[in-house]
Amino acid sequence: MSLFAKYFPNAVTMKSDFLQATWETIYMTLITAVVAGIIGMAIGIGLIVTQPGGILENKVVYNILDKIVNLFRSIPFVILLAVIAPVTRIIVGTAIGTTAAIVPLVIGSAPFYARQIQNALAEVDHGVIEAAEAVGSGPIAIIFRVYLREGLADIIRSSVLTLISLIDLTAMAGAIGGGGLGNLAINVGYSRFESDVTFLAMLIILVLVFAIQLCGDLLARKVDHSA
Amino acid sequence: MTKEPIIELKNIDVTFHNKGQTVPAVKDVSLTVDRGDIYGVVGYSGAGKSTLVRVINRLQRPTAGTVTVNGQDILALRSGELRAARKKIGMIFQHFNLMNARTIADNVDYPLKGAGLSRQERREKVAKLLDLVGLSEKAKDYPAQLSGGQKQRVAIARALANDPEILISDEATSALDPKTTTQILELLKRLNRELGLTVVLITHEMEAVKEICNKVAVMENGEIIERGDLVTIFSEPKQPLTRDFINTATQIDQALDKIYKQKLGLDDHHRLVQLKYVGASTDAPLITELFKRYQVVSNILYGNVEILQDTPLGNLVVVMAGEPDQLEQAWQYCRDAGIEITFLTPKDPEVA
Repeated sequence: MSLFAKYFPNAVTMKSDFLQATWETIYMTLITAVVAGIIGMAIGIGLIVTQPGGILENKVVYNILDKIVNLFRSIPFVILLAVIAPVTRIIVGTAIGTTAAIVPLVIGSAPFYARQIQNALAEVDHGVIEAAEAVGSGPIAIIFRVYLREGLADIIRSSVLTLISLIDLTAMAGAIGGGGLGNLAINVGYSRFESDVTFLAMLIILVLVFAIQLCGDLLARKVDHSA
Repeated sequence: MTKEPIIELKNIDVTFHNKGQTVPAVKDVSLTVDRGDIYGVVGYSGAGKSTLVRVINRLQRPTAGTVTVNGQDILALRSGELRAARKKIGMIFQHFNLMNARTIADNVDYPLKGAGLSRQERREKVAKLLDLVGLSEKAKDYPAQLSGGQKQRVAIARALANDPEILISDEATSALDPKTTTQILELLKRLNRELGLTVVLITHEMEAVKEICNKVAVMENGEIIERGDLVTIFSEPKQPLTRDFINTATQIDQALDKIYKQKLGLDDHHRLVQLKYVGASTDAPLITELFKRYQVVSNILYGNVEILQDTPLGNLVVVMAGEPDQLEQAWQYCRDAGIEITFLTPKDPEVA
């Protein structure tokens, strides 16, 4: 512990701040993951079934979804944070704090996840979809019993990617008032020239990212029977 | 076999629109398949045969025409009714289209969900189906662990899950090696015999048709150019494309190519002829008979007998040697016996 104290002189006195910040990062990530996950999944499925040649082909719906996704993916997140603040205030009551950060995080990551899901499901062999149609499956059965089942390994891989980029976004949101490790690294470590605090915050984020990557890889391998 | 039509396609048109261009894939095709038939639809890729059969279960909606399956107007069905109708029309594909994330048993079980069976009944049904296609011991494996032929067997079991009366085979043997192809075809034949399954077999290989079909339609450029029962098509093909397919199947073209490369020493006394016969006539007595009666010696260069639907269909390429007038009489004798004679002239005169 003394060695730790030597290299992290400031951080060592901030144990509760770090615990608090780590929890806030995990909290923002988890809540956003659930909300953006559901929205992104729904839009992703919507894109795949309404796309040209899809099982519920619909040009209008597809184009609307496609344009929305493109629009929100084009806005840099830092700017989105500021632009979306009034909306956040309406929904959460405030634009500051961890819970408030979830609104822009969801809006920032759901379109990204939707695109990932669309790509993952596009990998499902069209012939398999046709085989399911040929045995009398309807659209709902095809979505849940074919697309999501056959695409599961890719969905897990895309989810890992999205989660990791989400942690990245929480750090950014944190830096401008959302709390969490990003806030600690920038507003404490960087602003006060306590670089060990910044460094430790980064290390914790790295650990989180690696843990997610590892779990995701294991899970994806477990459900992947394609080879 | 009863002559009751189970599939009736009338004046089917399928036109695709692609970037302002209209591509007619199927043009005014009518096709009737009787219950218990194994109906082969032959054609090169792009002939429209896949598109045509996809109309049967409305995976492809025709631009014009009527589709009647089992007395039901398929084009008039609403989506729920169509799904119910599709359960009674099994389909297998060139690339098997199994679900990689499911075990073999789960793949076969897939169509059974929603069929109103209990878990136990479904398990028994899956076991029965896997037994039928000879894959019981692979139930817990995944498709990636199986060979092509085994995958196609699983696909057949899946297609039969809801006890269909019709099985559509869309190039189902085209990705398989010849031995596996034969096994799959034999399985289809057995299912036809034992379950009374009506099979529509699309293929570009006349060999496959020859093995199991009782009727054939030949497609070219979206149209059926020739159709009929197997023996008639094989013995009296009318269209050049049909002849092409048959010659590939009987390998007579390759044989003639090789024969033409040999020094045959043909002259007035030695003539190269092809003898074709259908049914009872057999080659051995004929050759002896020709010698006994006319002292004509027949040297067999190539022989092929196809047994189609229990009818032998023979093809002999022989050099007949004898006095010119005796040869004439020998040929007349052959014609009287119902044997078709074609005089062959090697393409390269130097070799002859």
